[in-house]
Amino acid sequence: MTPARTTVISLIGLAVLVVAPLVLLAILPQNQAQFWTSNILGRGLVFGLIALSLTFLATYGGFISLAQMTVAGVAGYTVAVLTQGAVPTIVGGLPYALTIPAGLFASVLAGLLIGAISVKTRDIYLLMITLALAMGVFRFVETNIAWFNGYEGIRNVVGPDIFGLSFRSTYVFYYSVVASCAVLYFGILYLVRSPFGLVLQGIRDNPRRVSALGYNVGQHRIAAFGVAGFIAGCGGVLATIYNIGISPGSIGLGASVNILIISVIGGLGHPIGAFVGSIIFTVFDTFAATIYDRERFNTLIGLVFLIIVLVSPDGVVGLKGRLMALLKPKQAKEAKSP
Amino acid sequence: MAADLVLTIVLNGLTLAALYFIVASGFSLIFGLMRTVNMAHGALYLIAGYAGYAVFEPLYDQDVWWAWYAGVAWGVVVAAVVGTVMQKFLLGWMQGQELRQALVTIGVSIIVADQLLAFYGGNPRQFFAPDAIFGASAVPGVGNYPTFRLVQIGIAVAVGVALWVILNKTKLGLMVRAGVDDREMLAACGVNVPLVAIAVFALGAGLAGLGGVIGSTAQPLSQGMDGRFLLIALVVVIVGGMGSITGTALGAVMIGLAEQIGQALFPTYSVILTFVIMVAVLALRPQGLLGRATP
Repeated sequence: MTPARTTVISLIGLAVLVVAPLVLLAILPQNQAQFWTSNILGRGLVFGLIALSLTFLATYGGFISLAQMTVAGVAGYTVAVLTQGAVPTIVGGLPYALTIPAGLFASVLAGLLIGAISVKTRDIYLLMITLALAMGVFRFVETNIAWFNGYEGIRNVVGPDIFGLSFRSTYVFYYSVVASCAVLYFGILYLVRSPFGLVLQGIRDNPRRVSALGYNVGQHRIAAFGVAGFIAGCGGVLATIYNIGISPGSIGLGASVNILIISVIGGLGHPIGAFVGSIIFTVFDTFAATIYDRERFNTLIGLVFLIIVLVSPDGVVGLKGRLMALLKPKQAKEAKSP
Repeated sequence: MAADLVLTIVLNGLTLAALYFIVASGFSLIFGLMRTVNMAHGALYLIAGYAGYAVFEPLYDQDVWWAWYAGVAWGVVVAAVVGTVMQKFLLGWMQGQELRQALVTIGVSIIVADQLLAFYGGNPRQFFAPDAIFGASAVPGVGNYPTFRLVQIGIAVAVGVALWVILNKTKLGLMVRAGVDDREMLAACGVNVPLVAIAVFALGAGLAGLGGVIGSTAQPLSQGMDGRFLLIALVVVIVGGMGSITGTALGAVMIGLAEQIGQALFPTYSVILTFVIMVAVLALRPQGLLGRATP
């Protein structure tokens, strides 16, 4: 797809998200419309934002990191630890205007740190190391009472008031999320066409050649993890406010793998896959009871994930191309040979 | 600190390391030959634990002395069979696509863990070791120490020696070592590489199973153990060196000791010590302490 065409498709997608709550209000009773807006679209987009950070790393750098939920959690925990009114009060006393930037700063630092630790590793090694780091942070947080209130986590992070409107209102929350997603998504599309983005794609395709051209591969890699840290941090802050708090479970093995599942289901070929995947994931999550069994959501999503990996490694977004290729076998062969 | 306390902590570390070695050696073996990161390794641990317990419990209730041994054997067999099925039907045909294989095993582990939860519920289970290795033995300098934990070290040593013999003294080992260096040449020499891969996968999965039953005798078996032991396998092979059995042993001893010493000295922050070791190794020797440089 050409950049111009993807921009058009993305803008249409954004327009759909903007008018979706109004359409839902028109066709559903008010409480159901609010449920769809907040608990399906809103929540889906928040986790889409965290998945976006992974999709960005994977699509343009070829790095599959399992630590993006951890980075998001760093932002969430920073906000929860510092903010006035959180229960229990650990540091507290600060307004959201300070704690949210502090959270984002912390998540960028966490991203840079993870990038630096894993800078010499690639592919499956990177996957293993980021998973080990993620689980290390999780176990540390879970056992540390003094700073993170251990297993229970920190509650009552209700979110700021924006222009006098409470963040807890469905629509204030939803449009804040949509705005964050739009800014970061188009920001990424812009960034990858900048010199930095081009070097990053060069590293994905051939790090040695990029290095021979005189670019510092390590620094670019670490910077990419920093960018991903910022995106994940935005998602982490929003997820913490959505959940009115944060606990170790939200950065555990399951949560970290869920982000990977979202990105893979959507497709690791384009940033839009993160949001496609997260909406699909959230719909399955919400309606697992109707489809199979409420308690067995993991089996259901695991099967979907497995089928996607077996059938279409480039996700739902790549399915269309794959179907076209099946219909026109001759073209498919040409398309396959790089 | 008193000398006997120090010795107890060291012995605790070593017995833990023994369990870690049994689990991680299977992971390392599979990785060594096939470059497959088996993210379902923890799930195999869990499967073996539950399957073994299903055989063990009725026999134990009848007071049969070999109940535990039957549980161990059955756990190992079931894990090996599941591993074989995975390699044959899911992983074998995408050989070489390492990342995709890792994703497939993640998918398998999610489904397996969830189905085990559905069948067995959330209640923890624990094996009782047979009378012969139950109770306590006197250890010089330490005093009374659980016999089973000492047996655990013995089993780990036996596993290590057996793996060394298989890899260095048998025809299978010859083929495995050749396959690590050059799969295509090995296939060209007339060796059925997919079959060797299945054998290695079954062996590695069986070791996860052995770890599952032994681990569930030393500490309760519950949901979440799959993640814990997957993490341990990862950290141990990252520290020790991917695909090296000696490296795995070294990594297991380091991580086991670090965990116990950390818990004794600074309980809340003990997890950090493990990861400081991992990060330090990665910074200085990315391929692990005894790993070969990746091509």
